[in-house]
Amino acid sequence: MINFQLSTFNLQQKWRSFRMASWLGWQIESNWADPFLFAVYSIVKPLAGAAILVVMYTVITNGDYESPIFPYIYLGNAFYIYVGQLMTGISWAVIDDREHYKTLKYIYAAPIHFPTYLLGRGVARFLIATISVIVTIIFGVLFLRLHIDLAAVNWLLFVASVIIGVIMLALMGLILAGAMLLLVHHMWELGGAVAGALYLFSGAIFPLDVLPPFLRPIGYLMPITYWLELLRRSLVGSVAQAFPTLSGLNNAQLMGILLGLTALFALASLGIFHWCENKAKEKGVIDVITNY
Amino acid sequence: MTRKNSGWVLFIQTVIARAYPRVIGQQREKSWMFFEIFLPMLSVAAYVFVYRAIRAPEEYVGFVVMGGAMLAFWMNVLWNMSSQLYWEKEQGNLALYIMAPCSMMAILLGMAAGGLFATTLRAVVIVGLGSWMFQVHYTVASFTQLFAVFFLAMVALYGLGMMTASIFLLMSREAWHLANLAQEPIYLASGFYFPIKNLNFWMAAAASIIPLTLGLDAMRQLAFASGPAIGFLSVRIEMWVLAALCVIFLVGARLLLDYMERLAIREGRLTESRR
Repeated sequence: MINFQLSTFNLQQKWRSFRMASWLGWQIESNWADPFLFAVYSIVKPLAGAAILVVMYTVITNGDYESPIFPYIYLGNAFYIYVGQLMTGISWAVIDDREHYKTLKYIYAAPIHFPTYLLGRGVARFLIATISVIVTIIFGVLFLRLHIDLAAVNWLLFVASVIIGVIMLALMGLILAGAMLLLVHHMWELGGAVAGALYLFSGAIFPLDVLPPFLRPIGYLMPITYWLELLRRSLVGSVAQAFPTLSGLNNAQLMGILLGLTALFALASLGIFHWCENKAKEKGVIDVITNY
Repeated sequence: MTRKNSGWVLFIQTVIARAYPRVIGQQREKSWMFFEIFLPMLSVAAYVFVYRAIRAPEEYVGFVVMGGAMLAFWMNVLWNMSSQLYWEKEQGNLALYIMAPCSMMAILLGMAAGGLFATTLRAVVIVGLGSWMFQVHYTVASFTQLFAVFFLAMVALYGLGMMTASIFLLMSREAWHLANLAQEPIYLASGFYFPIKNLNFWMAAAASIIPLTLGLDAMRQLAFASGPAIGFLSVRIEMWVLAALCVIFLVGARLLLDYMERLAIREGRLTESRR
């Protein structure tokens, strides 16, 4: 009975931590500007990123948007917005609270579940990323002849992939957040570096076959590779057949690999985060200000 | 009695003093060097592989490598020039700068000189690594013109940085977001990864307000065999426009800094910290 009450209390505590962190994250991310400016800011950056690729593609292919490589690049780039925002966002919360707002020690001492709090701080970034992804895809459909037949979309696969992917990215963010607890302020670029490396190795904007053979195994070890492939297959199935990299695997196999790697990352993230947290406590750097 | 310098001597001393941490301090912090080379290299590699995936002519790989090297300068101007006075305010140094008996213009010039030197070292490494990794071949038409274009583009770019620094002086938390916003849209408009000629003429002309747009275009024309064919304007015209931008931005920086400093003092924004 006591155990049951305790676990209920723990769940309530985690939910409260998550909910309040989500609200706080949203305030921090959005209240620096009026809603219009904030909306423009949220849309212009991802659209400009997509436009760079579109111009590059158009210059070389004379605007051959019917080729399967175009939706491959465009959709991969659009969904990759989640990686940058979510993974980097969660780890960034440590630097933000510790160095900028100088509130991490109060948050840490408060009756909240700290890892859940950090995950909650990623919710605002997730919402912003979702708007950016939707706008980018709509732009592609309306202006770049990106063919997405809503009736042919495998919605079940799409929704399942998005949910698993978001969890996977949040857990990867938690690993980075753990590392950030031990790192100094100017290491804020670490999140960008990891996101940049994954952009290169996960086949986000080009098929893995284009990479030199000795670099391809890195891509095969990354869950993001399978996640992006599943998203492409669910939205534009024909794209999957055009590139040999993962064409030997069916959707169920890809989903199995994604789930397996996500579970692995879940275990790793909890283990690594707690190890880093304990190390940070031992060193006395939970609330250290390294701002220089 | 200690002798106190003033006038030009103090001005030059201030420039050297502010450039010192940029040059020496950054070499001491090895992680910065790593990130400032590694991050642009990641983008360069990703865009090179996109070009290879769509079977672009090999020269486009060279365009990307050169764009990636120039990106290091843009990042330096954006984060270490334009938004520097915002960082200084956050850390409480800005009021000390204002109180010190030296010119703010000299402080900004020192920041620019130090940043330019440190970033040039990184850009050289990026060009070297990128050219070696992706087998880029250069056919330089004129080294003299190439260095002249680079020099003009850098003076104009850092002049722009000094000018925008005074605007950021008034800002608070939004400075971070605005600097963030000036990344992908500028990469697109300035043609970091493709020749600017491929944009609409008026778009390219409007983007020429950013010195790197014409600087990069002229450097590509001078460094690659197919350069003149992909050029937006002739190298000579681009050099004249860059020279004009140098004057406009440096004079603009001087005037705007005076105005913004007075405004910031009047509105009490020099020491505010709206987090």
